[in-house]
Amino acid sequence: MDYALNFAVVWRSFDKLLAGLGLSLLLAVGSIAIGIVIGLVLGFALVSRSGTARRLAGGYVTVIRNTPILLLVLFVYFALPDLGVQLGGIESFVATLAVYSGAYLAEVFRAGLLSVPKGVREAAQAIGMSRMQINASIIAPLMLRNVLPSLGSTVISLFKDTSLAAAIAIPELTFEARKINVESFRVVETWLVASLLYVGTCTVLAALFRRLERRLAIPR
Amino acid sequence: MDFSLTQFLHELWIARVPIAQGLGITVVSAALAIVVGTVLGIGVGLALTYGAAPLRALVRGYTDFIRGTPVLVLVLASYYALGTAGIQLGPFQAGVLALAVFCSSHVGEIVRGALQAIPKGQIEAAKAIGLTFSQTFVSVLMPQAMRQILPTWVNTAAEMVKASTLLSIIGVGDLLLASQEAIARTFMSLPFYLFAGLLYFTINFGIERFGRFVERKTHIPS
Repeated sequence: MDYALNFAVVWRSFDKLLAGLGLSLLLAVGSIAIGIVIGLVLGFALVSRSGTARRLAGGYVTVIRNTPILLLVLFVYFALPDLGVQLGGIESFVATLAVYSGAYLAEVFRAGLLSVPKGVREAAQAIGMSRMQINASIIAPLMLRNVLPSLGSTVISLFKDTSLAAAIAIPELTFEARKINVESFRVVETWLVASLLYVGTCTVLAALFRRLERRLAIPR
Repeated sequence: MDFSLTQFLHELWIARVPIAQGLGITVVSAALAIVVGTVLGIGVGLALTYGAAPLRALVRGYTDFIRGTPVLVLVLASYYALGTAGIQLGPFQAGVLALAVFCSSHVGEIVRGALQAIPKGQIEAAKAIGLTFSQTFVSVLMPQAMRQILPTWVNTAAEMVKASTLLSIIGVGDLLLASQEAIARTFMSLPFYLFAGLLYFTINFGIERFGRFVERKTHIPS
């Protein structure tokens, strides 16, 4: 076969790839921010004393985790308008990824909540703090510091899931790469560069999380 | 948009063959990816744990690269780029290959994690009583590692079923694409997506339940 590597075309459109990567990151940040809120609520519900709350949160997590994300993305974008919920491409994707990440983050937070020793809560009760105060200012911060490693890997995998936005024509990195691929036929170069951009971003994210982990490590 | 349940059932009946075929393709592609990916992944895991330093570095690079790339990018790259390397693959083969490669990096990490969790002293003890490495591996390391590997591995299987939806993007007629085609014909997006979702959920829920069962069975009683 004769295929000479020629990166010129890819470099010429490199700004588009970078803009795509920027949008990917924005999508990830937006949806994970909402997802963390959903995850915190569900995480506390999963370990709550109320059976109804546990079952509801558990049902949510089970349904979302066992449904393919691409199907959810298409469902929210194409089927929800039938129910009168009309969302633009970006809004609908962020909403979907937020709902999706909420389920995964809920599991992460649940494990974190279970890892906080019981004595901490008892001590807080002993000095007269209310349940809300204990959860918000004692348990949640401890739990967050505990879960940083698994939070990091979940966030990275959610960042990679932003590539699915290409399926509903949101011009993020995968979409741009596919466009360059189709327009220029520099197939290998395009996908190599796109993958390296993803890998690079994931590596940076992982390094940031490791740093955060060291900074916030609970001294023992 | 208004439609009744009977209308949907009628359209579903008309589309029953492509949807059943799509379900079959989903199951077959996921199963193939799991089998190939697991075989590759065991190799990857062994190389990561016991390989010589250069091999280890090479395999580490491979897994890091694969794990840092979205599956969709792997699928698209495998579909579009392999042709230029003279390997002509249809969408189905290219897609399954991408899923298998993705699966292999995950299984590799699972295997490595399980093998490294076994205390070094056991290998030393096995050496001390004169076992060769392959004997040590088969009768000391593997039985213990299996207990850790199996439950996580079952979860990877569910991941593969979910990831197989990405093949619809390169035109493989899986369950998702078959549903989308039915939607294109009938405009009943809501019920057809819900139906597809229900099927995916049922498969994955079954796998998850099976995973729980395996976890109970492999749990070391304490």
